[in-house]
Amino acid sequence: MRVKSNAFLIAVSAVILGLIAGGILMLAIGSNPFEGFFYLFRGGLMNMERVGNTIATAITLMLVGLSVAFAFKTGLFNIGAAGQMLVGGLCATLVAHYVFLPRPFYLLVIILCAFAGGALWGVIPGLLKARFNVHEVVATIMMNWIAYWSVYYFVPAYLKGPSLETESKSIAIEQTLRSPWLTKIFGGGYINLGIFFAIAAVFIIKYVLDKTTLGFELKAVGSNRFCAEYAGIRVNRNVIISMMIAGGLAGLAGMTFYTGYSRNIQIGVMPSMGFDGIAVALLGASNPIGVLLSALFFGMLQSGKGFMNAMTDVPPEIADTIIATIIYFTATSVLFSRFWDSLGKRKKKRLDAKREASAKEAGNA
Amino acid sequence: MSHVIEMLHIRKEFPGIVANDDITLQVEKGEIHAILGENGAGKSTLMSILFGLYHADRGVIKVRGEEVRINSPNDATDLGIGMVHQHFQLVQTFTVTENIILGKEGSFVLDRKSAAKRIKALSEQYGLSINPDSVIESITVGMQQRVEILKMLYRDAEILIFDEPTAVLTPQEIDELMQIMRNMVKEGKSVILITHKLDEIKAVADRCTIIRRGKMVGVVDVATTSQAKMAAMMVGRPVNFKVAKQDMQAGKPVLEVQSLRVLNNKKVPAVKDFTLAVRAGEIVGIAGVDGNGQSELVEAITGLRPAVSGAVLLNGKAITHASIRERNEAGIGHIPEDRQKRGLVMSAPLGSNMVIKEYYRPPFSKNGILKQPVIDKHAQDICDAFDVRSGEGILSLAGKLSGGNQQKAIVGREMALEPDLIIAVQPTRGLDVGAIEYIHKRLVEHRDKGKAVLLVSFELDEIFNLSDRIAVMNSGELIDVVETKKTNEEEVGLMMAGVKTKEAAR
Repeated sequence: MRVKSNAFLIAVSAVILGLIAGGILMLAIGSNPFEGFFYLFRGGLMNMERVGNTIATAITLMLVGLSVAFAFKTGLFNIGAAGQMLVGGLCATLVAHYVFLPRPFYLLVIILCAFAGGALWGVIPGLLKARFNVHEVVATIMMNWIAYWSVYYFVPAYLKGPSLETESKSIAIEQTLRSPWLTKIFGGGYINLGIFFAIAAVFIIKYVLDKTTLGFELKAVGSNRFCAEYAGIRVNRNVIISMMIAGGLAGLAGMTFYTGYSRNIQIGVMPSMGFDGIAVALLGASNPIGVLLSALFFGMLQSGKGFMNAMTDVPPEIADTIIATIIYFTATSVLFSRFWDSLGKRKKKRLDAKREASAKEAGNA
Repeated sequence: MSHVIEMLHIRKEFPGIVANDDITLQVEKGEIHAILGENGAGKSTLMSILFGLYHADRGVIKVRGEEVRINSPNDATDLGIGMVHQHFQLVQTFTVTENIILGKEGSFVLDRKSAAKRIKALSEQYGLSINPDSVIESITVGMQQRVEILKMLYRDAEILIFDEPTAVLTPQEIDELMQIMRNMVKEGKSVILITHKLDEIKAVADRCTIIRRGKMVGVVDVATTSQAKMAAMMVGRPVNFKVAKQDMQAGKPVLEVQSLRVLNNKKVPAVKDFTLAVRAGEIVGIAGVDGNGQSELVEAITGLRPAVSGAVLLNGKAITHASIRERNEAGIGHIPEDRQKRGLVMSAPLGSNMVIKEYYRPPFSKNGILKQPVIDKHAQDICDAFDVRSGEGILSLAGKLSGGNQQKAIVGREMALEPDLIIAVQPTRGLDVGAIEYIHKRLVEHRDKGKAVLLVSFELDEIFNLSDRIAVMNSGELIDVVETKKTNEEEVGLMMAGVKTKEAAR
C-alpha cells in the first residue's frame, strides 16, 4: 500500500490546522475553545433551518469558487468575481422585477440574463488580456469598481425602493429563487433553488474540463501556453472564453445571492463573497468537486459564526480568522504534501524492510 | 607524482537520488584531467562540491595533500581553484578589464591601468590574445570565454575547471581553446575538463575519470584507450557511432524558403534573405553556432513567429501567413528546441500530451467530446513503438519522465502524424548515447520513407552523421549549402565562422 499525497489530504490538514489555530486564538482571548466550536458548528447545523441557511450561503460561495477555479485552470486569476456578481445580480434583479413568465421559462430567462451579465464583465478583461496583454488581475479589479459604481447609479435611478435610497425595492417572493416546498422542508430560512443550479454547474464544469476538447484546450493553455501555442491551439481565444465562462459563473452567483438569499440589491457594498470564492477555490484545489465540498464547509462557518457570537463571548471575527488561517495553510500546502510524502516513504521503507526480513526468513527456512 | 587535487570517496545524495556514490578523483599537477559521463551522471555535482557550491555527505577533499573544507566559492578561489562556467558570468556593458577586476578591485580608487597591464601580460603568456579595453558585448562568445579564463588566472588560480566549455564554440575556436589549455599546463597549472565529447578528450586530455550514474567506472590513460572503449565505459555497453544510411533518393521539394526575413525579440533582423529548399527523401542539416538565427528561422517556418518578408512554401503551396494549426495539418512536424517549454505540458499526463496536436479531430473526438479510449490507445501505441518508459505508463505526468523518454515521446508524437516535413531542432540535446542512437535511426527512417527532414543542430557530429546536404548559417544568413560527401568538418567550421568556401579557397 502506498500513502500518496493528494489535494484531499492537504485540504483536510489545512482545515484541521486552521481550526486548531482558531482554538488557540479563542484561548488567548480567554474563551473556551470547545464551547466556541460547539456553538460555531451548532449554529450552522443545529436544525433544518440552520442547515438550510448553511446551504444557502454555500450556494453563492460554490458558484464564485467555481468561477475562480475555472479561470485558474486556464492560468488566469479572476479576482473580479465581486464585480461579476454585482452585474449578474443586477441583471437578475431587473428580470425579477419586469419579466413575468411561467416558472420554468422564467427561471431559464433569469439564469441566462445573470450569466450574460457576469460573462460580459468577465470577457472584457479577457479581451484586454488577449489583445493588449493587460494583466487580468488589474483589469478585473477595475471592473469591480465599475460594477460597484454602476450599481450605485442604477439602483436609485431605476429600482428605487419605497423607503430606502440605499437598496432596490424588494422582489416579490414568487419572483425570487425561493421555492415554497424547499422552504417548507427546511422550515424557513434562505434556502432556494440556487442549490440545484450550483450543483448542476459543478458537474457541467467538471464535464467540460474532463471530457471535452474545449476543456482540453483550456487546461493546455493554463498549464503551458507555449506548448499549447506550438500545438496550434489559439491561446488568446481560450483566454477570452475562459474569462467569459468564469464571469458567467460569478454572475450566476450574484443571481443566487441577490434574488435568492436576499431579495434586493444594496448600493455601496462590494459583495465580500466575491473574494471568499478565491478561498473556496484554493481549498478545493480548483477541482469542481473540491469546490463543492469546501463551499459547504465555509458556508457552515459563515452561517454559524453569528450563533457562536450570540451564545458565547467569542467574537464572530474568530470565524473569519479561522477561514483566513485555513487559506494560509492551504497556500503553504507544499509543506503538507512533503509531510505526507515523507510519511509514505517511511512507511514504504518499513514495509520493504519487513518484506526483506521475511524473505530472508523464508530463505533460512 | 604529487596530486594537486584529491577527492576521496565522495558521496552526495539529493532527495530520491544518489548523485555521487563513492567517487574518487585524483588530479596530478600539470595534467589535463577529463571527467567523462553522460548528462545526469554526476559530473556537475562533483565539481560543484569541489567549488564549494554543495557539501559532500561523505568523503574527503585534499588540495596539495592537505585536507580542506570548502564551504563557498570564495574558499575555493583562496585555494587556487577556478571554474569557467557553462554560462558566462560577465557584465555585458563593462570592458574586459572591468569584468576581470570585478570583486577584486583592491583599494577604493580603481587602478584600471595597472590591472589592464597585468591582464595584457597574462593574455600574452597564455596565448589568449585579448584586448583588455574591449567591451564584452562587442566581442565574440569565444572571446568572452577567454575573459572568464583570464578572470581565473588573474585570481592566481592553479587548478582550472572547465564545465562543458566547447558547447558554444565553433570548431576553430575549440582548437584554439585546446591550445590555451595546453599552454596553461605548460605553465604548471592543472586543468579539469568536464565533457561528454570523446574527441575532445582524445585531443587534449592526459587522463580521464569516467562516471556512470553517480558511480566511478574507472580512470584511464587517454593516449592508450580508444574512443569506443571510453564510450562503452560511459554508457555501459558498446555504442554505434554511425547511423547506417542508404544513398539519398531526393524527390520534389517539400519545403521551400524564399528570401525569408525574420526579426528576433529585440526587433533586429535575425534571419536575412534566407533561401533554402528541402526535398522529399533527404535530410538537410543547418549547421551553425547557437544564436545565429536558427531558432527564428524554424519559428517562422512553423508559424510561431511572423515573417517580415519572403515566403515559405510547403509542397508548392504558400503557408507564409497560415496559422500554426493550418501548417500542422498541411504536413509539418516539429521537434522543438526546448522540450520542457514547448514540447510537452509537464503537468499533464503523457496520454494527453500524445494527442495535443490531434485531440480536436476524429477519431480522438467527436462534436467536441473527447474519446478517451481512442486517445489512450493511440498514446499507448506511440509509447510502445518508440520505447517511451515511464512509471505509470500513459497516466504518468510528462514532467516525471526522464529527459530521454520525454524526447522519445515528442519524436514519437511527431512521427505518428506522418508529416511530409519534419523539423528537428537539437533533437538529441542532453540525451545519453543510447537515446541519441535511437532518435537518429528514426529520423533516417523518416527520410527513407520519402519524407523531408530539416535538422538544426549545434553539434557538427550530428549534422555530418545525418545530413545529406548541409546548409551553414551565420548571423542570420545562409553562407552556403554543400553536399555532406563533398565537404569536411574544417570547411563547414570555417563557414560557421562566416567565411565563404570560395573565399577560403583563394
